[in-house]
Amino acid sequence: MVAIPSRHKSLVLLAGVILLQILMLAVQIKRDSEGRLIRVWTVGAVSPFERAGSNGFGWVRNTWRHYFALQNTTRENEEIRRENDVLKLRISQLQGKAAEADRLAALLNFRQSHAEVPMIAARVIGVSAGDASLTIQLDRGERDGIRKNMGVITPDGVVGKVVETYPNAAQVLLLTDKESGVGAMLADSRTQSPVGGQGEPLLAMKYVPNDDAVSLGERVITSGMDRIFPRDLPVGTVAEIKSGNPFKQIRIKPAANLERLEEVLVLLSLRPLEMKNEENSSVAQPSVSGAAGSKPAVRR
Amino acid sequence: MNDAFDIRGESHIEVHKFRAGAIIIATLLALVIQSSFPIHFAKAAVLDLPLLVTIYFGLSRRNPSTGLLLGMFIGLLQDSLSGPTVPLGLYGIAKTIIGYLASSIGARLDTEHPAARFALTFAFFIAHQGLIVLTRRILLAQPEPWFNMHLIVAALVNALVAVFLFLLLDRFRKN
Repeated sequence: MVAIPSRHKSLVLLAGVILLQILMLAVQIKRDSEGRLIRVWTVGAVSPFERAGSNGFGWVRNTWRHYFALQNTTRENEEIRRENDVLKLRISQLQGKAAEADRLAALLNFRQSHAEVPMIAARVIGVSAGDASLTIQLDRGERDGIRKNMGVITPDGVVGKVVETYPNAAQVLLLTDKESGVGAMLADSRTQSPVGGQGEPLLAMKYVPNDDAVSLGERVITSGMDRIFPRDLPVGTVAEIKSGNPFKQIRIKPAANLERLEEVLVLLSLRPLEMKNEENSSVAQPSVSGAAGSKPAVRR
Repeated sequence: MNDAFDIRGESHIEVHKFRAGAIIIATLLALVIQSSFPIHFAKAAVLDLPLLVTIYFGLSRRNPSTGLLLGMFIGLLQDSLSGPTVPLGLYGIAKTIIGYLASSIGARLDTEHPAARFALTFAFFIAHQGLIVLTRRILLAQPEPWFNMHLIVAALVNALVAVFLFLLLDRFRKN
């Protein structure tokens, strides 16, 4: 047997490890389910830390914004200022809670105005660990009824779809990811075309013929053709139009703020869904104040 | 002890050892922060903390085998946390090679000076992104641009953060 010189051992190990991972890539391309076990273990191990981290960051951010940042506002009258800071802290905490209550009320209002659509509220506890994909991680999973390919929305609009589920967590592919897409149409002309992500903040609407009239600011809504999202949910607004060959190059600004998601709604159905048309206005502009007296019906 | 050549003319470069659990805790913390921080600060997504940890321990441990295995481990964990659209091995391959390169270079050059760390991290970040694009284009047949200005900005930001992060991680070295 030929002995490997010690200085080449690490090179041989490097080649072996790379080859192993290339084989693993090849197997995954062939079979989608391969590698799921490693993901389940990793997500299962890391998601409690993510949950704790998410809460911890929120606490630090609130404390920093609402207390420490106020410390330098005045140097006089230390006693009164300290008392004042404590009061400000309390107010800020209450404002934070009120803002959270507003967001939850908006979710609740949306949920109640679409009682025919089963949905569950979930909190965002993580994002993709690199820029190769645009995903978020939710604190709800299979035990809450979430399954692959379920739609995820906010009262503002479409967010994405569930691409992986775990017992207590789920991963959602955001609409802005390159591999993401939704059946959509222009609200005014009713021209249908899928809208897809490009890995950047704006989406692309690819198959609108040059002859069709499209105006800047025009609303884009779901068409229901993807059989994931019900019709008439806001997708975004037209932000850029260029003529192309043979289709226009249309860029869409997403209706939901996908860079600052804290709570979302998961549509708990894999069947095609319908929403009432008369409720469209409340979908596009969720009434926060109107929900103040609503009974809490969103599952949390 | 490593008998590698030292450009400063010294006969040996010190191999740094770390307190028990420091590498594991730093790795897990980097992954958790990487997947939690951008929820609150969207711009933080430009950072690649798992890569910085790979580079740091590669440069410090100066053992190519350890460096590449740590890079593989961190890369595969990052793949697992990036959702099913990222196949296991994408970050794994890139970080394996970066771990190997960092520990090989760490054995030959003085990497303690902040300027050297800045320059090396900048270069490793570009190389890491290049390896990811290469893997996507050749192995996954996914079209991906080689270069854009965002890459340079991200590399500069990561290199700057690395200077301070590495100083922090230096505190976990055994005397």
